[in-house]
Amino acid sequence: MNTLRKATRQQLFLPIVCVILVLAVNMVYDAARGAGIFNFFHIYIQNDLLQGRLINILNRGSEVAILAIGMTLVVSASSGTDISVGSVMSLCASFCCMLIAGFGVSSVESADQFAMPIVVGLIGALVMGVFCGTFNGSLVAYLGIQPMVATLILWSAARAIGLLLCNNLIVYIRVPEFGIYGGYIGCVPTPIIIAAACVLVVSLVLKKTAMGLYIQSVGINKKASRIAGLNSRKIIFICYLLCGLCAGIAGIVASSRITSADSNNIGLNMELDAILAVALGGNSLGGGKFNLAGSIIGAYTIQAITTTMYNLGVSTEVTPVFKAVIVILIVAIQAPPVKAWFKKHSAAKAAKKEVARV
Amino acid sequence: MENNIVLTARGICMTFPGVKALDNVDFTLRKGEIHALMGENGAGKSTLIKCLTGINDFEAGEIRVDGVDGPVKNRSTLDAQRVGISTVYQEVNLCPNLSVAENLYIGREPMTAFRTINRRAMFKRADELVKRLDIHVDVTQNLENYSLAIQQMIAIARAVDMNCKVLILDEPTSSLDDGEVEKLFTMMRNLKEQGVGIVFVTHFLEQVYAVCDRITVLRNGTLVGEYPIADLPRLELVSAMMGKDFDDLVDIRPEGYNDRTFDQPEIEARGMSHRGTIKPFDLDIRKGEVVGLTGLLGSGRSELARVIYGADKNQTGTLKVAGKEVKINQPIDAMNLGMGLLPDDRKAEGIIGDLSVRENIILAMQAKRGMFRLIPRAKQEEIADHYIQLLQIKTASRETPIKQLSGGNQQKAILGRWLATDPDFLILDEPTRGIDVGTKTEIQKLIIKLAQEGKSILFISSEIEEMIRTCNRMAVLRDGAKVGELDGELTQERVMKAIAGGSKE
Amino acid sequence: MKAPANAIKRRSGSINGHTLLMLITIVLFILLYAGGCIAYADKNFTRVQTFLNILRSSAGLICVTCGMTCVMLTGGIDISVGSLIALDCMILAMGMGDWGFSAVVSMVLVLVLGIAFGLFQGFCVGYLQIQPFIVTMAGMFFARGMTAVISTDQLSITAESSQWFYDLANYRIYLPFGGYLNKAGKMVMPYIGWGVVVSFAVLIVIFLVLRYTRFGRSLYAVGGNEQSAAMMGLNVKKTKMLAYVLASFLCSIGGICYAMNTMSANVNQATGLEMDAISSCVIGGTLLTGGVGNVLGSLFGVLINGTISSIVQTNGKLASSWPNILTAILLCFFIVLQSVFAILKDRKK
Repeated sequence: MNTLRKATRQQLFLPIVCVILVLAVNMVYDAARGAGIFNFFHIYIQNDLLQGRLINILNRGSEVAILAIGMTLVVSASSGTDISVGSVMSLCASFCCMLIAGFGVSSVESADQFAMPIVVGLIGALVMGVFCGTFNGSLVAYLGIQPMVATLILWSAARAIGLLLCNNLIVYIRVPEFGIYGGYIGCVPTPIIIAAACVLVVSLVLKKTAMGLYIQSVGINKKASRIAGLNSRKIIFICYLLCGLCAGIAGIVASSRITSADSNNIGLNMELDAILAVALGGNSLGGGKFNLAGSIIGAYTIQAITTTMYNLGVSTEVTPVFKAVIVILIVAIQAPPVKAWFKKHSAAKAAKKEVARV
Repeated sequence: MENNIVLTARGICMTFPGVKALDNVDFTLRKGEIHALMGENGAGKSTLIKCLTGINDFEAGEIRVDGVDGPVKNRSTLDAQRVGISTVYQEVNLCPNLSVAENLYIGREPMTAFRTINRRAMFKRADELVKRLDIHVDVTQNLENYSLAIQQMIAIARAVDMNCKVLILDEPTSSLDDGEVEKLFTMMRNLKEQGVGIVFVTHFLEQVYAVCDRITVLRNGTLVGEYPIADLPRLELVSAMMGKDFDDLVDIRPEGYNDRTFDQPEIEARGMSHRGTIKPFDLDIRKGEVVGLTGLLGSGRSELARVIYGADKNQTGTLKVAGKEVKINQPIDAMNLGMGLLPDDRKAEGIIGDLSVRENIILAMQAKRGMFRLIPRAKQEEIADHYIQLLQIKTASRETPIKQLSGGNQQKAILGRWLATDPDFLILDEPTRGIDVGTKTEIQKLIIKLAQEGKSILFISSEIEEMIRTCNRMAVLRDGAKVGELDGELTQERVMKAIAGGSKE
Repeated sequence: MKAPANAIKRRSGSINGHTLLMLITIVLFILLYAGGCIAYADKNFTRVQTFLNILRSSAGLICVTCGMTCVMLTGGIDISVGSLIALDCMILAMGMGDWGFSAVVSMVLVLVLGIAFGLFQGFCVGYLQIQPFIVTMAGMFFARGMTAVISTDQLSITAESSQWFYDLANYRIYLPFGGYLNKAGKMVMPYIGWGVVVSFAVLIVIFLVLRYTRFGRSLYAVGGNEQSAAMMGLNVKKTKMLAYVLASFLCSIGGICYAMNTMSANVNQATGLEMDAISSCVIGGTLLTGGVGNVLGSLFGVLINGTISSIVQTNGKLASSWPNILTAILLCFFIVLQSVFAILKDRKK
């Protein structure tokens, strides 16, 4: 009983339980289909490429994982969420493709039609992401606007700007050099490599600099952090900037995956997934201490849920229903009145036990 | 109940975890009197008020109110209002975005036959009410258009109109200027004429003697006594509040401590101020000197220190550090000049609750080094262990979240945070508050040791004895201004006289 | 006679930030519309019917915005409205179509759904103290997903499904003025639909509720200072919950108006409508921090949005994403303005 209670207090308890649940559903499903129960873990090489459901989840979940990195920092430092990430992703993708194809060109079939080299496009996307992050960060950190309200602006505008940049077209870049970022390097899906690299870089930065300490300090107690010599505003600003950068990277991956810039669909509802990943990872949406590993596990868990549902025949338009329910459940468990109620309840129970013992 | 008594509290007891906040306290309020409730910080004033208004649930004792049979037990402020006890806090509890009239009548507006608010009747009644109380406002205007003093008065008017017999004013004058305070007093006297019993809580001695009829003094959760105003002159009041039972600890000053001379200036403040909290002041602190800031709570002690440190922006005047004129925009600037500030509100401005003791200790040092020069983990642990040992911080491990430590140990950890930055000038704001006697002496010894090492210290404390023990010099503050300095032989009596003011030293 | 003099002085000095914001909004609307009239005079922009068409197409949005104003007054926000409208339209289309309900039953169903939806969201915000944004964002995805659960097809409401609803939607209420002579020399009078009537009824009711009822004033009090409101004996939790119930209910009424206008339903309907509603409120002078604002300002916000779309439509060459971008720019401008006013006010203290 005691160990159970201790286990539930662990930060990674929630995501791990979710992973186990998803696995269980998969196993039952596989068993019911007559395939092996461990079909889920079955990885094989087909046409020189890694295949298998696990690989598929890791691959498809890359964008959410990348976004979750930025979102984790933002949530920790500012106690609010950046709801613009999905739209910014789409904007970055559009900007990238627009740069490569040239304005108003809807389709590029070979490398000699490029208006600009791919590198320029990629850098452009990242710069655009950083720019959006700067915009959000200035509003939140320096003008003191609530994070969700501030990011609401880009949430609605970014996608529209992206459409404008693409002249209302879906820009196709059917060139292997561009498709590689969402395709394969050797036999490994590139998105997995990119996501892993992002996670690695950010964890290294967190480990080798004091950034993690700074962000958590500001998120927990802004006033005390200021007295102790931290520039709270600058730190919050940097978090939004990084979040924008992450959105830019995710945008490149998403756009390369479909070798086009589909403004209306890239990153759609992705903000919910990113927030959900952070919450699932055992991080409080109220800010403060964070655990990047938790968020990453959360991100892949969400992808696992999405993929599983898809396998179960639930249409992609319906999956948000389940995600919404999960979000509400997780947040409700964290809500102060509910926590207080549980505490009171367990105290009353303990008291009853005590009485019974006497 | 005697006919002119409106409220009695008998034998009120109340404990917070680990602290006896109120121990057998009596309080009596008569009709048409203004009764000051005095006491130092933590004496139990606000706890007593919260018991009266139903915010705190007291454990023993009873409260009786005129017009109610039997003891009264309030469960909420609404209950308290129903029996006629209304409270007006320092922070005005009204809605600035509503009109004055609505603030007076919200929740009990006059209604029309169609269950809608009869605005005309409401405005008319409100206008009559404010006229009766001699407040000159347009009741249709939003409350935010008026000064804080007027807002304060509107809050009182609301209480009065709800038929209150007991009006509790909890530090209503803290953010008012002299003219506004006078207006408020006129209103209080007015209400007194109408037979309302007023409980007045304030830190300003002048104001007590200006309006009050009677004083009740609390100290450490116990009742010191109830006195008519004439029987308790200023000096006696101060000593009643502070108590005379000083702990006779041995002199902790080492040999030769008193004979040191100070010639190198460390801090030279000229005409620094922050609007609303501290009026322009001059202050010199020399190398190796311990300067005490004394005065009652709310006299501007912390505020003065915060302006020097840059936690509040300096709006006038200049500051020289080690002879060079400097400009401090934010705390990190001050830190880079070798300053450190241990804030008085440990919870709000000191600890980073969810972080470990280690992280809390190295935080300021890390901030000074900058984000990209992380102190290696091993070094962090070494520093943390060093201060845990040096200051004898009782913690399960250096990785325990600091919020799980006791107050005294949290304080030591924050002290460790500043010592780790090796400051030349350290501001200690109430470093010994809520700490047991043994630890207090340790901290005092530490202050002396630091001074001997040549560090300058600005020491703020509510306990005069501890300041006398450590300080070389003291600056006295009253009502948000520095009013003088005490040099040479520091004695209890001299300091108290200086704090009380009014009479000549 | 001291007090009146004082009062007059106060009044002249009371052109504060809020009034100024609202004034800016009204002037902006007039300028925009006048600009449209001048630029597109040849494309009938000056006709009364153009203005009425803006009203006709914004009827649903007006209802939604009224509800949004109530929620924002408490300091909250509701971003589920767009999805809820999609769900409403879907239920109406399916109800009168495949499910074989009558128009009235379908409409009642939609209204009940609105109340239930609002009750849940309100409970989460008011009693569980979860951030409104998170709650309504979940609500947004939930409603959109449920729409897809019902059907992922493009449905339309036709005369076959309900003649009565069809007639209702296409009924033209002609105005007695503002007509023009068409090419055949016949006088064509401008007209509005029932949606406009309903939306204005809602607007007037909410205006009165906000001004003359205890509930309305409680909304302001809660938004002004939650703690104070509780201290003065108001039931903050209940007030907040009711605000969300009202918002979702009005949103459902708006959904019906919206359906009357589009006569169709699909999963992607009314995406971004929450944005229009929020920006209308903010442009109309409702503070995001709560406590200040009224529905008249919000109406002008809606009209500005409508005028922008109308101008872009009339132009015909501009990309369809322009209204979105312009709205966002306006929103950004007003949000920044609000925060600057707030900072200035703080400094004055």
